[in-house]
Amino acid sequence: DKVGVGCIIDSCLDCDYCKDGDEQYCAKGGNTHTYNSFKTYGHVGGNPETQNFGGYSGSNTVHEHFIVKIPESIPLEKAGPLMCAGITMYDPLRHWGATKEGSKMSIGIIGIGGLGTMGIKISKALGHKIYAISTSANKAEMAKEKGADEFVCSTDPASMAQHASSCDLIINTVSSAHEVSTYLGLLKTNGTIVQLGLVPEPHKLVQLPLIFGRKKVAGSVIGGIKPTEECLEFCAKHNILPDVQHVEANQIDWVWEQLLTTNKDGIRYVIDVEKSKANKSFVPA
Amino acid sequence: MKYCGICHTDIHVAKGDLGPCVFPCVPGHELAGVVAEVGSKVTKVKVGDKVGVGCMVDSCRDCENCKEGDEQYCLNGNVMTYNGQKKHKGIGGNPKTQTFGGYTKSYTVTEHFCIKLPDNLDLSKAGPLLCAGITMYEPLRVWGATKGKKMTIGIIGVGGLGTMGIKLAKALGHTVVAISRSADKEAMSKEKGADRFVVSTNAEQMAGETKKMDLILNTISANHDCNIYLPLLRKDGTLVQLGAAGQPHQISQIPLMFSRTSLAGSLIGGVKPTEEMIEFCSKHQIYPDVEMVDASGINKAWESLANNKDGVRYVIDIEKSLQNKDFLPAL
Repeated sequence: DKVGVGCIIDSCLDCDYCKDGDEQYCAKGGNTHTYNSFKTYGHVGGNPETQNFGGYSGSNTVHEHFIVKIPESIPLEKAGPLMCAGITMYDPLRHWGATKEGSKMSIGIIGIGGLGTMGIKISKALGHKIYAISTSANKAEMAKEKGADEFVCSTDPASMAQHASSCDLIINTVSSAHEVSTYLGLLKTNGTIVQLGLVPEPHKLVQLPLIFGRKKVAGSVIGGIKPTEECLEFCAKHNILPDVQHVEANQIDWVWEQLLTTNKDGIRYVIDVEKSKANKSFVPA
Repeated sequence: MKYCGICHTDIHVAKGDLGPCVFPCVPGHELAGVVAEVGSKVTKVKVGDKVGVGCMVDSCRDCENCKEGDEQYCLNGNVMTYNGQKKHKGIGGNPKTQTFGGYTKSYTVTEHFCIKLPDNLDLSKAGPLLCAGITMYEPLRVWGATKGKKMTIGIIGVGGLGTMGIKLAKALGHTVVAISRSADKEAMSKEKGADRFVVSTNAEQMAGETKKMDLILNTISANHDCNIYLPLLRKDGTLVQLGAAGQPHQISQIPLMFSRTSLAGSLIGGVKPTEEMIEFCSKHQIYPDVEMVDASGINKAWESLANNKDGVRYVIDIEKSLQNKDFLPAL
């Protein structure tokens, strides 16, 4: 079977949150991350004292619950990023009503990198009106080519004013320090902005726009196993795939450098493991 | 007019805290009285009915938000009961003057914004329901607490708003946790209906409430650190801000992300939710704890509101005030 493993490989499987299908929020002590995490719950084999090792690897053994079957129509070489970027964008859309039958929303996506372009594609396939939001005006063309209906340049006051009160839901992929208050004006009354980036720096969150518009600031991480399966089914059905560039192990450093700068083409880099193993000069053992 | 409640917002407006106050200013947005006269087309109420007016007296009645029953979020601006501009068609009188509020002997309001009060509602305690009552009821309604499923609800701040929230949440069948900086509010909170009480500056008590609450209503209107309350939310919970502090909150998004929790705001409630709240309060006989004053006591009441340790709502007895000829000779 074609299978995938995403960001979590274990949780307690027993608390209310796990039973809700939200293993990523496991109430007992958080989920076990695929790498750099410890084997808290006893469902992971191997040396109980070592940290988990992730997928830059020749093989990986995973507890059944956390393996996701990949639908036949999804090419394996493009499936990996769906297990992280895909579900990270799909889950908030699901949770905040965008996957409901007949739902028609205006959805803003902030940040047009790998995550953002995945979000544009999924939201468009769900039938919504998409506003791509970026600090760089030069992302407009790419955003529209990926499916965005409108482009908003967040550093252009005229563009922001023009699109005031336009979005029911905004999904914010920005992963560097920023002010979330900047975007509150783009939300309609009752709108929610969902923060996804692992940004520790606090925001100076102004309260009046929240109070005077019943607006909400929320956060989300990845998605549980069932939503991940649902995401893959959806992507298979609508032929939604990330824009992938394959690399070998000897290019990983270079890829990491690219990802630290602005990912202007929204590419997800994928390591071809078999090709990497075949390169005996780089990976001798 | 029979009674008008005194709200902390009256003080904020008069002091210019929420933008310039246009003088002369007549505050008061917790009006309770009896219909003396109706226009020829009015069908909602008749002479003799008990009625109230809350924080808004008009809106455009035409935008998406007004049509959805959220007049407080009117996209063309709702008109406040006092210090408001007569932007829309529902208000008579000089179109150029600001609106004047409920610290008054009679009031004229457009039908839509006149709230009919049930006969069994105690008029002397009804005024504060139209502000504090709806301010606390609305987020309970919006965030699912009027649907029947039992929740654990935190109420931060045990003043006039907070005690109203405790009573409403309790009557709705929920487990109520009162949260305050002052340990001396415990007895009062529990007497009003709180099941548990937590001192927010006590780290151990706060840790004991981690991930316990589905919804938290935050009535604090001074600057404060909101981050200490977020861990109290369970997965998918919401902290709803009701008071507006001058300083922005310093919020890191990571705690929100790792529990899918939200920080939201809410402002009073529309006309229909207000009517729903009145019906609920009348059915369960839920009232604010009122301390009656006459007009000569207003200044003192305003001073007391700065530190409302008993959670009382002050209400002006209009008729008594009019009889006090020493204080109000011309009326």
